[in-house]
Amino acid sequence: MTKYIIKRIALGLLTVFIVATLTFFLMRLVPGGPFLSEKTPSAATLKALEEKYHFNEPLSVQYRIYMENLVKGDFGVSMKRKGTTVNDIIAKGFPVSARIGGLSILISFCIGVPIGTYAAYKRGKFIDKIIMFFATCGIAVPSFVVSTILLIVFSGWLGWFPSFGLTTPLHYVMPVTALCVYPTAYISRLMRSSMLDVLGQDYMRTAKAKGVGQFSSLFKHALRNSILPVVTYLGPLLAYTVVGSFVIEKIFNIPGLGRDFISSITSRDYPVIMGTTVFLALLLVAINVVVDIVYKIIDPRIKLK
Amino acid sequence: MKKLALLLAVIMIFSCFITACGQKDADILSVNIGPEPDTIDPALNSAVDGATLIIHAFEGLMNLDEKGVPTPGQAETYKISDDGLTYTFTLRDGLKWSDGTELNAEDFVYSWNRAVDPETAADYAYMFECIKGYDTATLPATSEDRAPMAVKAIDAKTLEVTLVAPSPFFLEVCAFPALFPVKKDIVEANPEGWTTDPETYIGNGPYKLVEWVNKSHMIYEKNENYWDAENIVSDKIKFVLLEDDNAILTAFKNGDILFADTVANAELEAMKKDPAFKVTEQFGTYYVSFNTQKDPLDDARVRKALILAVDRNYIVDKLGQLNQTPMAAFVPASLFDADKTKNFREVGGDYYSVATSEFEANLAEAKRLLAEAGYPEGKGFPTITYTYNDSSLHKSIAEALQNMWGELGITVKLELQEWNVFLNSRKKGDYYVARNGWLADYNDPVSFLDMWVTGGGNNDAQWSNAEYDKLIKDIKVETDSAKRFEMMHKAEDIIFEESMLCPIMTYVDEYLQAPQLKNVRSSPLGFKYFMYASVEETTAE
Repeated sequence: MTKYIIKRIALGLLTVFIVATLTFFLMRLVPGGPFLSEKTPSAATLKALEEKYHFNEPLSVQYRIYMENLVKGDFGVSMKRKGTTVNDIIAKGFPVSARIGGLSILISFCIGVPIGTYAAYKRGKFIDKIIMFFATCGIAVPSFVVSTILLIVFSGWLGWFPSFGLTTPLHYVMPVTALCVYPTAYISRLMRSSMLDVLGQDYMRTAKAKGVGQFSSLFKHALRNSILPVVTYLGPLLAYTVVGSFVIEKIFNIPGLGRDFISSITSRDYPVIMGTTVFLALLLVAINVVVDIVYKIIDPRIKLK
Repeated sequence: MKKLALLLAVIMIFSCFITACGQKDADILSVNIGPEPDTIDPALNSAVDGATLIIHAFEGLMNLDEKGVPTPGQAETYKISDDGLTYTFTLRDGLKWSDGTELNAEDFVYSWNRAVDPETAADYAYMFECIKGYDTATLPATSEDRAPMAVKAIDAKTLEVTLVAPSPFFLEVCAFPALFPVKKDIVEANPEGWTTDPETYIGNGPYKLVEWVNKSHMIYEKNENYWDAENIVSDKIKFVLLEDDNAILTAFKNGDILFADTVANAELEAMKKDPAFKVTEQFGTYYVSFNTQKDPLDDARVRKALILAVDRNYIVDKLGQLNQTPMAAFVPASLFDADKTKNFREVGGDYYSVATSEFEANLAEAKRLLAEAGYPEGKGFPTITYTYNDSSLHKSIAEALQNMWGELGITVKLELQEWNVFLNSRKKGDYYVARNGWLADYNDPVSFLDMWVTGGGNNDAQWSNAEYDKLIKDIKVETDSAKRFEMMHKAEDIIFEESMLCPIMTYVDEYLQAPQLKNVRSSPLGFKYFMYASVEETTAE
């Protein structure tokens, strides 16, 4: 297994390298640049800026310089937010996004798995239809709609929760709820269909024949076998969610990393585009390795090679 | 579902226990003027919201009063030599930085030379253009000809500045953030990062930054070392850094902020009736750029036809909706003429009529001109593209223009471009007709005119006119004010003889100010002044 993990990490790093290279050249292919503004600075200023960021050198040289710094763990300095390093932007934004994202995934998992299981168990019954109706709604309704409704009702009308910021636990309720809706719905649907598969298996009938209790058969025997698709889905979902949601962070004004992903592209802040992308790639690779290990723990039949 | 509801309820109850619900600090004035600023370095900033943050922490030699007239700031008095070239400023007694150390004339010498140093790479370096030695001070450090600007500290309290030519707007420029002093030892210790930490963000203005939570808020506290501290009203200001227009509106309606500098476009109609809604005019013109190098727009008659076919009253009444002025020239009426009791427009007049009654005549003339250019009823006129960037207003104006020019028989294709791509296309001349806008930095028409010189960085029209170039060059060295203004009018005449651009309307600045919040000032540059603002207790009716 150790050998397998080492191999996976090496492959993962190669992936990150390819992602970094592609991103570097793709972002430079997009028209525009970080120094464009409605008012053009003087020619001397532009020249100085270009020299400062090595834009006057060939792209290959710039790529080499960037990669050398990247290997040292230095993501560079933001071209827009003067004096702020990309490492600093990530260090400040990521924990915030990770808290919101992690919490919402945790809640989604805790709600989605039981209700998906329950729906499968009550297949075709009224309660199953109700659960699946809400799950479909949850998938179909985008998070900004949920956020807006939450804002109007709970902040505007009822005044229960503050509309922006993240200073008290109360501030977490609305953004986390808005962020939960989609994954909860998705997990419950995923759980239901994979549970239905498992419930039809021979070993479930055997368990029933042997007199295993309903609860025990469902949550001990069936759950372990049917949760694998959820775990597979959870890995990348976790990575995408903990780096922050642009929409949620913008609407609730959460100082997370999600906004930087999008705003850096709009403003052509090259180091921030690279930094956030490479960071997400690293996170995805790491989580996928963890997911593989979790597979093995959940289902000992899986061989990691 | 039951479980979901139960869990949510548990979370809500739990949260209520550990927080004192909805605490608000009554002593803090909470406002929103923009999202997280890119920089709050006076030299590097080029944003309006950044400037508002800077004017609360720094102060220049001069200030601007509510009419935009320069008043003494750090300088107590000033003297202008008879030839208008030398300005001698005397600083106030006992000026201090917010850390309590002494501020003197040398600090201005350092700060101004730093701002133009290519190493600093400041967008607004050109604001110093009128100072003698600007050309040599902006040379790279490796150049042998490099020399500082003609800014001298005669003694600790006296600053002498020599200009290239008499510039009546220089005192106003002295109130511009790029010319604010910064503290040498602080900046040199951390040239880029000093502004990111309240510990090192030392200023000389009415407030000092005490807390900055990125993308959340900034707290400013009254600076006791400021010379006029006793007249500063609010002890603390909280700049809430909000980005989303709807979130800003919600926060304003909930009373979390008493001031909001943007109004969501979709809400304009509804908010216009609100007593909190305010509109002020800016030094700006919303216009349309023609690419004068591209066939068929290289023909002045075609351009003039397009200008005349625009129904500006429709655009203002139905689309702009904020009482903008329909424009029949490039320099707006908010700019003074040589005689400051008159504005530039009163003297210069209109280049065509924008009266509703004249529109039919304008349209007929447009059709005649188009026929004269060889496209009767638009026959044979190639399809042109109108490029704009994403905003509901730009989009509706684009559609209106498409219709209006359609009246001439011209087919216009609309192309929406992402902001940065749009800037790039405009700059490179990779367009036919494009949405454009200009906001000046000081009240002098040259700030609208010098952008059109051949090869200028903002000359999106790719226009070139030798007579115009010479005129601008002469304006910049002209010593006689009356003559100078005469030349500026002449320059604007050339723009319209050539029909080089198509003005639409003036720019206005709309914002929300809670009725209990008094004495907030807004400048034509869009800066907001909260130092004299106070919140009046609302009495129960």
